[in-house]
Amino acid sequence: MAFVNWLKRHLVVIAGLFTLGYLLLPNVVVTVFSFNNPKGRFNYEWQEFSTDAWTDPCGVADLCGSLSLSLQIALWATLGATILGAMIAFALVRYRFRARGAVNSLIFLPMAMPEVVMAASLLTLFLNMGVQLGFWTILIAHIMFCLSFVVTAVKARVMSMDPRLEEAARDLYAGPLQTFLRITLPIAAPGIAAGALLAFALSFDDFIITNFNAGSTVTFPMFVWGSAQRGTPVQINVIGTAMFLVAVLLVLASMVISSRRTRQKA
Amino acid sequence: MAAVTEAPPLAPVPAKKPPRKRGRWTPYLLLLPGILWLLVFFALPMVYQASTSVQTGSLEEGYEVTWHFATYWNALSEYWPQFLRSVLYAGTATVLCLLLGYPLAYLIAFRAGRWRNLIMILVIAPFFTSFLIRTLAWKTILADGGPVVGALNSLHVLDVTSWLGITAGDRVLATPLAVVCGLTYNFLPFMILPLYTSLERIDGRLHEAAGDLYARPFTTFRKVTFPLSMPGVVSGTLLTFIPATGDYVNADLLGSTDTRMIGNVIQSQFLRILDYPTAAALSFILMFAILIMVTLYIRKSGTEDLV
Repeated sequence: MAFVNWLKRHLVVIAGLFTLGYLLLPNVVVTVFSFNNPKGRFNYEWQEFSTDAWTDPCGVADLCGSLSLSLQIALWATLGATILGAMIAFALVRYRFRARGAVNSLIFLPMAMPEVVMAASLLTLFLNMGVQLGFWTILIAHIMFCLSFVVTAVKARVMSMDPRLEEAARDLYAGPLQTFLRITLPIAAPGIAAGALLAFALSFDDFIITNFNAGSTVTFPMFVWGSAQRGTPVQINVIGTAMFLVAVLLVLASMVISSRRTRQKA
Repeated sequence: MAAVTEAPPLAPVPAKKPPRKRGRWTPYLLLLPGILWLLVFFALPMVYQASTSVQTGSLEEGYEVTWHFATYWNALSEYWPQFLRSVLYAGTATVLCLLLGYPLAYLIAFRAGRWRNLIMILVIAPFFTSFLIRTLAWKTILADGGPVVGALNSLHVLDVTSWLGITAGDRVLATPLAVVCGLTYNFLPFMILPLYTSLERIDGRLHEAAGDLYARPFTTFRKVTFPLSMPGVVSGTLLTFIPATGDYVNADLLGSTDTRMIGNVIQSQFLRILDYPTAAALSFILMFAILIMVTLYIRKSGTEDLV
């Protein structure tokens, strides 16, 4: 009976941890198989332990090239989408203008549309215009679908901001530019950073839209997709594991720093 | 027993319209570049796609708008199984995501204590490994004769699922079960995060009040917690269902030709068969089907003001 009671009380914890395990299991497999030494072209079956792939992560043709291309595209797409998106967010929260409803739905629709629809229609546009597919078409597409997410992230932050702070700055004779740079921007910064981070992650990992609009250009997800057909090198797992570890370490480090800061303040 | 644990929230900032004295044109200048980008690269392509879907012709001779609406009819009558399958798989994956995601979101919001941030990181961190690599890992996990398939086999689960037609014989890979499993896995975080956001906003005192009024834990959940988390449930299901319906990655990597979804058809029509009118028509049908389903769903759940 005591056990049944214990189970009853902790059922949600057990179910939650089960889900967490389901979410993390593939990452465990990716990590373990980065130390595999597969016999054939595919890295799906465990053979023997080896660190070959870790000592030679760029040992596969085009792999690191595609990785650096993806990083470049993600950086530029983040920059573009963050600037354009933050501008829209400020206009939406701080100003009155005509056609607000239309603007809102134009921002909402890309998020409510399956990627394959956007990808296909954008390709139709490029084909009709006779645009050469490649780096620029990928970048255009990425800025397009990241934009709405940045707007949402920045808008949430600016909306929760007390407008009286800006009024106070103006009452104290700060000009519009000074108010913006010294009051508005610093307060909005976490929202902008969240939007930028989201844009980077979305762009770096995008496959469907890139698949349609890349032509023969190969980004990292495109490389992985191709390798699923031709043969999966162990190096893919090495890069996947490294990215996971770097992300976790960066987040942990930022958490430690921020908790120290709050402790100092207190 | 139940003490008030939290101070009441601060009075909200008065929601008055900010003064708009200066810069009549400022909002338009701020909007212009971004909105132009969306108009040219999101809205205009839709127009082009609409026009392509009613064109006839061939790649060599070029296409012409002939208002050939039969393309839509032909596309529907040829590919309705894939449409149906997409909705079915995506719907199942969404329900599974809700069932799996809710306990975890609840755990993070109310029960995790000092582990909250760590669990949150573990939910988000997999995003940083390309989802294609993680989906390929399912090929290893569900491999024929692997531990998972072996366990399911010895528990006679596979007999049941084979009888239901969602697995085939001793295999899980290349069956509907594998595709739904992959879809559920890939979109689970999109369910957990909105659920967590709306659960975390719930005032803990409401739980205490329910307990003081002799509600049992399950009743508290059913009458208080779940209704208050509805915004998260609605946005989570939308964020899961919409992308899952159009997905072709899971069906391609984990499925077979019998599990092709509508995304697979659109992708191969566009990139391999190069039948642009059919591809455009299919993509349009998918878009309208999803818009209609989403609108009905939002109406039904009574959360219009959410979006």
